[in-house]
Amino acid sequence: MDLKFSDAEPSAAEREAIDRRLGGPGEGGWDGGARDEQDHRSARAGHAARSRRHLVLEALHAANDRVGWISPGALNYIGKRLSVSAADVYSVATFYALFSTHPRPKRIVHVCTDIACLARGSREICAGLETRLGPAGAMSGWKHSPCLGACERAPAALAVEAGDPPHEHLIGAATVDDIARALSAGPETLSAETPSAMAVPQAGNEGLMLLKRIGRVDPESIDDYLATEGYAGLRRAFEIGPGQVIAEVKAARLTGRGGAAFPAGVKWESTARQPATPRYLVCNADESEPGTFKDRVLLEGDPFALVESMTIAAYAIGAARGYIYLRGEYPRAYRMLRSAIDRARERGFLGANVLGTGWGFELEIRRGAGAYICGEETAIFNSIEGFRGEPRSKPPFPFEQGLFNKPTVVNNVETLCNVPLIMRIGAARYTRIGTEGSTGPKLFCASGNLVRPGVYEVPFGATLGELLDLAGGVPPGRSLQAVLLGGAAGVFVRADERDIPLTFEGVRAHNATLGSGVVMAFDDTVDLSGILLRIARFFRDESCGQCVPCRVGTVRQEEALLRILRDRHDVAAKDRDIRILRDVGLAMKDASICGLGQTAWSAVESAIDRLGALKESR
Amino acid sequence: MNAPAPRPEDMPVRRITITIDGAEVSVPEGSTILTACDAAGKDTPTLCYGDTLTPKNACRVCMVELEGSRVLVPSCSRKVQPGMVVRTDSERVRHSRRLVLELLGSSVDLSTTPRIPEWMARYDADPDRYGPRAPESRGRDVHEPGEHHAGDGGVAATMAQPDKIDNDLYVREYDKCILCYKCVDACGSQWQNSFAIQVAGRGFDAQISTEYAVALPDSACVFCGNCVEVCPTGALSFKSEYDMRAAGTWDETRQTRTTTVCTYCGVGCNLSLHVQDNRIVKVTSPHDHDVGHGNLCIKGRFGFTHVHGREEEDGG
Amino acid sequence: MFWGSNAREAHPIFFHHALKAIHKGAKVYAVDPRRSKTAEWADTWLGLDVGTDVALAYGVGREIVHAGLVNAAFVANASIGFEDYVAACEPWTLEATARETGVPAELIRELAHDYARARRAQLCWTLGITEHHNGTDNVRALCNLALLTGQVGRWGAGLVPVRGQNNVQGGGDMGAIPRNLPGFQDVGNAEHRAKFERLWGVTMPPKYGLTLSEMMEAMDEGHLTSVYVIGENPVQSDADTTAVARRLRNLDHLVVQDIFLTKTASFADVVLPSTAAWCESEGTFTNSERRVQRVRKALEPPGSAKDDIEIMRLIAARLGHVWPIQSAEQIWDELRAVSPAHHGMSYRILEQRGGVQWPFPDENGPESPFLHGRLWETDPEKRGRAAPLGIVAHRLPVDKLDDDFPLRLTTGRRLTDYNTGVQSGGLNSPIRVGACVDISPEDMARLGLNEGEVVRVASRRGSVLAPARRDPGLRPGLLFMACNFPDEADVNALTIEANDPISKTAEFKATAVKVEKTNAPLPEQSADADTTDRERHGNALATANEEG
Repeated sequence: MDLKFSDAEPSAAEREAIDRRLGGPGEGGWDGGARDEQDHRSARAGHAARSRRHLVLEALHAANDRVGWISPGALNYIGKRLSVSAADVYSVATFYALFSTHPRPKRIVHVCTDIACLARGSREICAGLETRLGPAGAMSGWKHSPCLGACERAPAALAVEAGDPPHEHLIGAATVDDIARALSAGPETLSAETPSAMAVPQAGNEGLMLLKRIGRVDPESIDDYLATEGYAGLRRAFEIGPGQVIAEVKAARLTGRGGAAFPAGVKWESTARQPATPRYLVCNADESEPGTFKDRVLLEGDPFALVESMTIAAYAIGAARGYIYLRGEYPRAYRMLRSAIDRARERGFLGANVLGTGWGFELEIRRGAGAYICGEETAIFNSIEGFRGEPRSKPPFPFEQGLFNKPTVVNNVETLCNVPLIMRIGAARYTRIGTEGSTGPKLFCASGNLVRPGVYEVPFGATLGELLDLAGGVPPGRSLQAVLLGGAAGVFVRADERDIPLTFEGVRAHNATLGSGVVMAFDDTVDLSGILLRIARFFRDESCGQCVPCRVGTVRQEEALLRILRDRHDVAAKDRDIRILRDVGLAMKDASICGLGQTAWSAVESAIDRLGALKESR
Repeated sequence: MNAPAPRPEDMPVRRITITIDGAEVSVPEGSTILTACDAAGKDTPTLCYGDTLTPKNACRVCMVELEGSRVLVPSCSRKVQPGMVVRTDSERVRHSRRLVLELLGSSVDLSTTPRIPEWMARYDADPDRYGPRAPESRGRDVHEPGEHHAGDGGVAATMAQPDKIDNDLYVREYDKCILCYKCVDACGSQWQNSFAIQVAGRGFDAQISTEYAVALPDSACVFCGNCVEVCPTGALSFKSEYDMRAAGTWDETRQTRTTTVCTYCGVGCNLSLHVQDNRIVKVTSPHDHDVGHGNLCIKGRFGFTHVHGREEEDGG
Repeated sequence: MFWGSNAREAHPIFFHHALKAIHKGAKVYAVDPRRSKTAEWADTWLGLDVGTDVALAYGVGREIVHAGLVNAAFVANASIGFEDYVAACEPWTLEATARETGVPAELIRELAHDYARARRAQLCWTLGITEHHNGTDNVRALCNLALLTGQVGRWGAGLVPVRGQNNVQGGGDMGAIPRNLPGFQDVGNAEHRAKFERLWGVTMPPKYGLTLSEMMEAMDEGHLTSVYVIGENPVQSDADTTAVARRLRNLDHLVVQDIFLTKTASFADVVLPSTAAWCESEGTFTNSERRVQRVRKALEPPGSAKDDIEIMRLIAARLGHVWPIQSAEQIWDELRAVSPAHHGMSYRILEQRGGVQWPFPDENGPESPFLHGRLWETDPEKRGRAAPLGIVAHRLPVDKLDDDFPLRLTTGRRLTDYNTGVQSGGLNSPIRVGACVDISPEDMARLGLNEGEVVRVASRRGSVLAPARRDPGLRPGLLFMACNFPDEADVNALTIEANDPISKTAEFKATAVKVEKTNAPLPEQSADADTTDRERHGNALATANEEG
């Protein structure tokens, strides 16, 4: 391609970091290396050169991890190495919140200001940081962040220091002192992160199925995994063959746990039936729905489970390559997964010949970089492919044209982690867990004003009240004000709606949603309108900007809420603004490209209609 | 062994019948609902749709109701399937179209977008109800995804920003930009393959941009003007037109448009010369022509000035 | 396959079509001494030495033969001379070809295999093939490859010489070629002549005319003493411009008809100002794919400029012939009456279809998206004359490299500029590179040059000053200059007037030069630069002869 780049060159450190990820430039000058005699006479480029675009995001991570931002020189070098124009690389770099295209300090702390943390004191942390360090912004070293997926440790913060290697440290519960220390002395000087088992109050209990290894095994030991029924599911899958695996998963009525609640077996079957190859398997580990942290807990505490699950799924659908798209804010999960993949490969559970069956499967992690939208099932493809993480128009659906426009299965971490269980105990026993319409065990992320926030495993069918009780209820002396089910894209229910069964059919009957399994409690100390405003701000920040209803609608929604809260007593104005909220909300729901826009008004709507928030006058 | 085979275009095409607002209409297989709406005589508003581009369906103004679909569907990209039942004027459709027009009208300068007043009236759109418009911002080329300064809701956020005038050939007025992606697609893999511009930033802060917002002459731009050709709102315009508009001399009623052939190479691109007062004021290219599909290179698009140069010689 | 074609810059919209194919998976080879912008798009670029095209084509052909990739059925059906061809290519083993051309043997082999095996392959070339002293041989060498493999005469396959000028094809079609009457009818053929004699009521001399380079020779020899130049600027566009200027100065009478007062016009006894054909007159142009398209008048011409038709009518009147005042359409209809290939193309049909490709004898008939389909016909009647495989010799460029002139200079166009720049010069291009000499990074270092430093480029015929520009697309020993800025750096003061014996095209692509450091500042815009106007049609008109 006749690309044109500016004269900016990468620093030695940037070049080294990018080369380490992409591999050396190889022989010859046309690919960034030293020019030799061959280059005078020949060049190979074209399709082969352009086929490396999917490494753009990885290369941006490499540069950003090393020096803390994406300089013009690094950007040019990435573009040249991957045959992507500078404007294209820039457009990708500016899509992700963890990257900066301006110089900034090497140390940055992302302070969560999202709803779960807001309910547990993040406002006070921010006030303290403003006094100590100055207003939030890259140059003062700390930034506001959407949910970091550490709600059990709220308020949370993620400290990052660029370098070789970069240091990342999740702080929670965070204090102003911790954050200031991370900035002044570096995140590595902080005391060790809380073990992930602390996020599972049930850890060690008998009868757990999905969480049974959390806190009981060394997540870096494949022997521990093997000693706890690890890889029994895969062996069973090899015995019965791919068609029977799919049949079993269908019979188990395994339903997607990521939010859309689609039957996994049907997805697998339609993908496996596509004549086009190669087929791909993608694990959606971009857990970004505010209040959701169950996948993080699984990945940190039982990473081999996902590796095995994906191996089974890939075997079933005939995929030779799988990608785990992991949230960029999950450094520990990244380390654990990498280690698990390496161990599994060493022991023949991954690679060209899995367990001597002659069937091969490769698994690769791709890190997100701070974009909620990339958890959308088609945006995830664009992000992996090195494009902006914008959702695609459906149809075509992923099973027809997914990753690299090939038939693809995308499943959430928790969904996949049910698969070895189904293989081990069989569909018949699996369907006896839970209810008719919602089979199997389910993880819930209990957060907000609860005594024991954390990830809980219950069979489908438990009620909201039972779950809240499991988490210890609201702190003594306080009363429950409302519960948000399903996250920012979910629905508020009232304190008196404890009897809602937490099943797909149960919440549907109550006009609510399970979403990603968020159960966020707000007690009477919480300013609910502040929570609504934070949700509106979240959607405005996270809208990819592709379609008008969501791009502008999320802005108008936030503006209307701001006006209502600014001037609570002007009834006529409030009525006009609530009209705007409803009108804009309906258009977002009806006309947005993807689920983000379609649900951006859901929580606010339920707060108005169900909780009587904003005191609509009629 | 290789032997002659027919052209793909010469293969026969099946026709598909669907129902639009209660009446049946047949279109060739592979057509979109929009094509079927056109065939049924429905006037569908479109903004991001381009007759030479793959539908991006970003603007969502062409949405229709499709029986069996939970949400509305974009008519410009959804392909017809036998038996589809489509409504183009239901309450839901009217609401969505109204809101899209309001949301754009309240954030973008649509003064040079064709047909906007007509559509605004048809769908009772009231873009002013979102409050007074925020003034010009000088920070729109700075991208900090995931962050914004919300203000207090007192003004409606807009795209307002200074015009970008960095060369003698064309001007970018991004306060008129609806982010339809057409310029990006025309510059990118669909036509020009120069990849000089892309969407940078995210959400409402997204903006069409070169890398680090450098001026066009420093970017990969080759000044083919194929982005200007497809811009639906006048956000991209030829400098000649921009200057004449500023001087108040731009008058389309006094312009003729003549299609002729470019003089600059043997490919035979068609040029439409827009002439006012015996001077070429801009050059476009017919979209339905097989040679260029509306595309030109810098010489065809901007290389007309020499014919006027002679007048000056005569005068001197 | 782009062989001697930088379509990305010289034919950008043609290249759009190639890009579409690329995005659908088409593989691209580029054969060019430079890694041009076109070559940057290629899956594989083969950087041969300037003037070794015939050798490379033979090497490819031999590999096709030896690998058993010849489309034997097609060769047997459609061609003659296969055995001779096999014998001629036999010495060109991959190794021998690699030695002669500089291209690695492995790449020659890959090209041969991919081209022969492709379901559909197109071979595109432009002046990189024709602007050589053996340009016609080069073309025949490429045609041989298509004949060997059957990559011609089928939808999607073919040989594609891309025209450099808007109407060079049309000019040839209309008979602006010394041997032809309109519609490829032979001046030497009495039957063809008779058709025109009947129509025009005159007797036509059965004599072929002179090509441009033959005219130059005739001027040297003194039997051509008066010249009428229409829309051409040989003083700047032809090779060895010093010699051209001398010849024009020695003429008895020179008439120049142009839209500008060109540098050639400054030598004229009479200058006839004419209209800009593409926007001030009615008529047709014919593009590279033989598509005849309507040209329309959008502007009133300035001052006393007159339409070419009107000028000729007035001259005819002065010469005692009263021609009727005719519209462009009436003249076109007259052509249709005598040219079968154009017979079906009424203005109405041209309007309706947005242009029509010839041959199009019948208004209702189908168009011809490609030629030579007859070669696939098995019925000898329908197939017609078989296509001969051309036996050509590899001959290196005339202007030899030696110790005094050790560097090879080649020339071409840049995106924003056109020919001698008179039309495109009015365009205020933000990305114009301007007059400069492109040099490989290695030579820049060896010569101790900085970017933009003014150097003297000298050939055996002349020298120019130009700023040096680093171009990694060049290898040591190879230089490039654009032909678009003759007033700043008159490249054709360097080029050699070594003409192809058939096409009469000069060897613009291969000049032996040396580069010297100067400590001169950048050349000022010379005083006469703004009064000179420049145009270049000649060589392309001549190539139309051989390509058309």
